[in-house]
Amino acid sequence: MFAVFRDLVRYNIEFAIGVTLVGFILIFAAASYFAPTDPNLIYVVIPDQPPSAQYWFGTNSRGQDLFWQLSTAFRNSVIFGVTVAVLSRIISLAVGLTSGYVGGWVDRGLMLVNDIFVAVPIFPVLVLFYFVLRSDLNSWTLALIMACFGWPFDARLIRSVALGLRHREFTRHAVFAGMSTPKILLQEHLPYVMPIVFSTFMANMLWSIGLEVTLAVLGFTNINQATIGTVLYWANSHSAMVVGVWWWILIPVIFIVILFVGLFLLAVSLNEYIDPRSRLRRMGA
Amino acid sequence: MQGYFWFAAKRAAQLFAVVFCGISATFMVTHLSPISPVESALGRMTARSNFAPEAVESMRAALTEMYGVNEPLINQYFNFWARLVHGDLGPSLIAFPTPAMELVMRALPWTVCLLLTSILITFVVGNVMGALAGYNQNNRFLKAFGVVAMGIQPIPYYIVAFILLVVFGFIWPVLPISGGFAMNVTPGWNLAYIGSVLQHAILPASSLVLVGFGSWFLGMRALVSNIVTEDYVTYAELAGVKRRTIVGSYVIRNAAVPQLTALAMTLGGVFSGTVITEQVFNYPGLGSLLVDAVNGGDFSLVLAVSTVSVAAVATAIFIVDLLHPLLDPRVRTD
Repeated sequence: MFAVFRDLVRYNIEFAIGVTLVGFILIFAAASYFAPTDPNLIYVVIPDQPPSAQYWFGTNSRGQDLFWQLSTAFRNSVIFGVTVAVLSRIISLAVGLTSGYVGGWVDRGLMLVNDIFVAVPIFPVLVLFYFVLRSDLNSWTLALIMACFGWPFDARLIRSVALGLRHREFTRHAVFAGMSTPKILLQEHLPYVMPIVFSTFMANMLWSIGLEVTLAVLGFTNINQATIGTVLYWANSHSAMVVGVWWWILIPVIFIVILFVGLFLLAVSLNEYIDPRSRLRRMGA
Repeated sequence: MQGYFWFAAKRAAQLFAVVFCGISATFMVTHLSPISPVESALGRMTARSNFAPEAVESMRAALTEMYGVNEPLINQYFNFWARLVHGDLGPSLIAFPTPAMELVMRALPWTVCLLLTSILITFVVGNVMGALAGYNQNNRFLKAFGVVAMGIQPIPYYIVAFILLVVFGFIWPVLPISGGFAMNVTPGWNLAYIGSVLQHAILPASSLVLVGFGSWFLGMRALVSNIVTEDYVTYAELAGVKRRTIVGSYVIRNAAVPQLTALAMTLGGVFSGTVITEQVFNYPGLGSLLVDAVNGGDFSLVLAVSTVSVAAVATAIFIVDLLHPLLDPRVRTD
């Protein structure tokens, strides 16, 4: 594991940059555990102060210190993204491995469901859930709903690998030795698809955090919980740009771009690492 | 030809399955929720007024009849389909008594045109530039281009749209930032109107293009850089085939097949991006309508927009799938 990491940092500049950017955001988000006040409280500091030595990122019109506010927001959003990614990875592994190994009508049925999920536009569906659940839609429910839509692409990828594993000798060996199907999938096939799981993990986080930002900006989530999107929502609802509180918009946007570019670079470089052809080319072999 | 027919028939069956399941799910989500549309509409209407209790009671009765929620769920479901076949989803609340479907149909052309333009531009330009970048891997300009594409591509639609809005609305106000056309022109086939529509479409379309462009460029570059090492490309080069022919007819055509599949798979996501972009630029499409409907608590309109968007996206995917065999003759014989 460590050797893989070392190789990636050494031979893949994108991975190195990605790790740096995401690491920076993670440290920033972890800082929120040392916040001096509860970040959900409003009017605790003087509103609308520009960035200074006392308030590094300034304060917003709701009287919150933007540094701690943003730090908490990134922590919540990253946790949200990880939750969606873990849940949807579990679904895509279950569907992909089963469908690839079992084959036949199980495969056809699961892939039909897969195609349906790919074709449904997720955003209107999420808005629909907000519309009917309103205040009952907390971030866990939202994560669960998004996880239910975040698996189909990756399930297909996993299935294509599992299809190849099915006829390998070790699988037949395991079957003849009397291993049960769930055991074969978990102990024999799972290790082969783990690289895909890791690289799609990042891509899935990008997707879910991006959707959360979109929903929150419209006010379609729990707006009292600090997330990346709700920081922007409040900035917009106080017309931050018009009244000249530019740091309330600019600083979050810069941090969002750092997080997204970082995650994207990680996803791309891991994806490339999986493909041995491009890995060798990069190492100069 | 028969192969193509079977291929198309299979895809059409899939289209119907997707539309049926998607719309049924939409129905279930809205009707199984614990919140009654009647009570929420009533709460909204009586919130800032002084109605007599009898008036509220008769409003409740009228709304219950309008939404048809007093019947068992299964009957409601069949009624829903029976009405949907005729394109009727009840009157909208925020523009009472205009039918919800009429509002959707008014908004649909805006969204379709915006999407079509931006997808065409991103897909064609992104893939051609990506192919060139994959084929000429040492070109400085294309390399720099790749870095820019990598930097912009992961940013959420909202952020890009918002940055454009700030730059062209506040810092350098040269382009209209709100609406579908200027207030002082009459809609119709006249030059002023068309010019105004195009001008208003620039910012929403460019924000969609900026985000969408990168993934095609990067995807195509990766595909092509694998294809150029194939024997047939080396063979064509040795045989003295013109570089333009190699890139255009051999490399791009082979690499375009997985890209077309990817196009079908990303259409839903692009649609989601359009919703938020329209909202940012106040563009009169489906996205703005959906947000207005949710904010106005308009049950029928939300249902109508969701239904139409599920059907529209599925149909678009179907059309892209039908194009597949034109690029890749092997699909037909499957």
